[in-house]
Amino acid sequence: MANKKKPGLLHKLLSILLYPLLWLEERTSLPGRSGLVGGIKYFLFRRVPGDISWGHTLGSAAFTAFIVQAVTGVILAMYYQPDPDSAYESIRHITDDLTLGWLVRGMHRWGASVFIILLFLHMGRVFLYGAYKYPRELNWIIGVLILVLGMMEGFFGYLLPWDQTAYWATVVGVNLQATGPFLGPFLGPILQGGTEIGQDTLARFYSLHMLVLPGALAGLIGLHLWLVVRVGVTSPPWSAEPAGRARPGPPPPPRSGLVAPGPRGARKR
Amino acid sequence: MNPRRNVDPHGGHGTPHEPTPTIWPVGFAIGIACIFIGLILSPIVVAVGAVLAAIFGFLWIRDVTKGIRTVTEPAAEEPEPAPAPIPAGTRPAGPEPGEGEVIRYPRSKFLEAATLGLGGLIGVVVTAPVLGFTILPPFVKQGHPKVDVGAIEDFPENQYVIATYLLRPEEGEVSRRTAYIRNNGLLDDVPSFTILSNRCVHLGCPVQVNGLPIDEDAQTQVSEGQRVTRIPTAAAAGFGCPCHGGQYDNEGNRTAGPPVRALDRYEFEINNGRLLLGDTYSVSEVDGTGAEAQIHAYPLSGPGQHVDGPEGLLYPVQPPR
Repeated sequence: MANKKKPGLLHKLLSILLYPLLWLEERTSLPGRSGLVGGIKYFLFRRVPGDISWGHTLGSAAFTAFIVQAVTGVILAMYYQPDPDSAYESIRHITDDLTLGWLVRGMHRWGASVFIILLFLHMGRVFLYGAYKYPRELNWIIGVLILVLGMMEGFFGYLLPWDQTAYWATVVGVNLQATGPFLGPFLGPILQGGTEIGQDTLARFYSLHMLVLPGALAGLIGLHLWLVVRVGVTSPPWSAEPAGRARPGPPPPPRSGLVAPGPRGARKR
Repeated sequence: MNPRRNVDPHGGHGTPHEPTPTIWPVGFAIGIACIFIGLILSPIVVAVGAVLAAIFGFLWIRDVTKGIRTVTEPAAEEPEPAPAPIPAGTRPAGPEPGEGEVIRYPRSKFLEAATLGLGGLIGVVVTAPVLGFTILPPFVKQGHPKVDVGAIEDFPENQYVIATYLLRPEEGEVSRRTAYIRNNGLLDDVPSFTILSNRCVHLGCPVQVNGLPIDEDAQTQVSEGQRVTRIPTAAAAGFGCPCHGGQYDNEGNRTAGPPVRALDRYEFEINNGRLLLGDTYSVSEVDGTGAEAQIHAYPLSGPGQHVDGPEGLLYPVQPPR
């Protein structure tokens, strides 16, 4: 700004285009603190270790799979009827009659498996890199809850096509859980809304599948991401580079990691 | 991996509460594994596993809490001289009686407690009925009327007949039930029937007759809005489940596969020569055959649940049916 130059047309155009973002930022920020736009920028452009690999993208991939499930699920819910007399027919209608219905249903059906597979791969990466250790134990626990809820999504969603496979697989699944000691005999009826699978079961499973569990999952995923940003991304175990954000003080000595563990006393500095 | 590099351990939070390194979880895991293996192999292995898990679990907890215990001990000595006289002019936050001062409960405290208390109360008032509505319906009004499956003469002696009907016709096909009914003839001038439920007592799949159903001779009867179909079978050789291969003999005793007891049976009554099916009950095993059979009956339990033996203790209470 030392030599005053007339701003170019491009610059003007850009500032007009970006004005809504400035408007938003000004109204969501406190003095000296970033607002909504700054927060999103911080989330997207935060510091990560230099030697992360494709393995570190598995969490984002699983998150993407969840978003695909959420979007396709919402669209499917526009056509699906959770009623014992019409559920199967409405699924057939989605698959055979509606334009691209087969594709969206296929995305939801196969995306469910993709989501679970990616969860496991992500979990494996975190485990093998030791990324679950202090101070990230809480995020591991939240991740396990996400995995459990994801599998429950699979269980409750499996009944919805309401064909013979879905019906009997759910009979077996519910009875399996009802064999749990002490409370098992009560868990079965609570799950199916009666002593046997009946007219209330389908709507109950549908509500759990598309309202309760996705809500809980979204909340836990939000918490999971918040903690990832808060404590930073871990370096690979062989890395000499500090991870995440800058830390004050002298850099830590390079460590030998998994290849040649240092003496035990070395951990306590 | 030393993740402490990633977060400044001395930044603001003081020293990190990192758990002390310990080897005992390995022993604990071995103990748990022994328990599970013992469930299949032998109770002795279970006992050994339980002892191992208890010992190593104790050692693990002792190791993990060592840091906390050593830290808190000197800290506990500090508050000894704490109850020093309150300097004049400063009023404590709580209702502390001062000299000549009226005991007061601060307004802010009261409002805080009232807001939290009322909020909690409203939460309970709203949540309780919703929770009840979620959980209770499966346990109340689960009864159903008795189903007339035909006259006694419709069931030839010593031959299984498949009877299938809708338990609650207004609910549609989802309430379809199937019973295997055998007329055992008369016992002390009283008609005797063996009526088995078709739900496998492994995990609830539909058990099939090991023998051909004679579909040509099927009869359908409609009475009081109830439609019952009777299909005779040719020389049933017990029953088999298509899901996981459970096998039962003609009395419903388990002969092979994963089921944990004999097939459930229907209570029945005979009214004006008509056979009426009631509720089902569970059976651990049946001694003898036909009308002479001794049935070890128990209240209805879900599939896969033991009714007798040590495993039966795992299911002490059954929900109301």
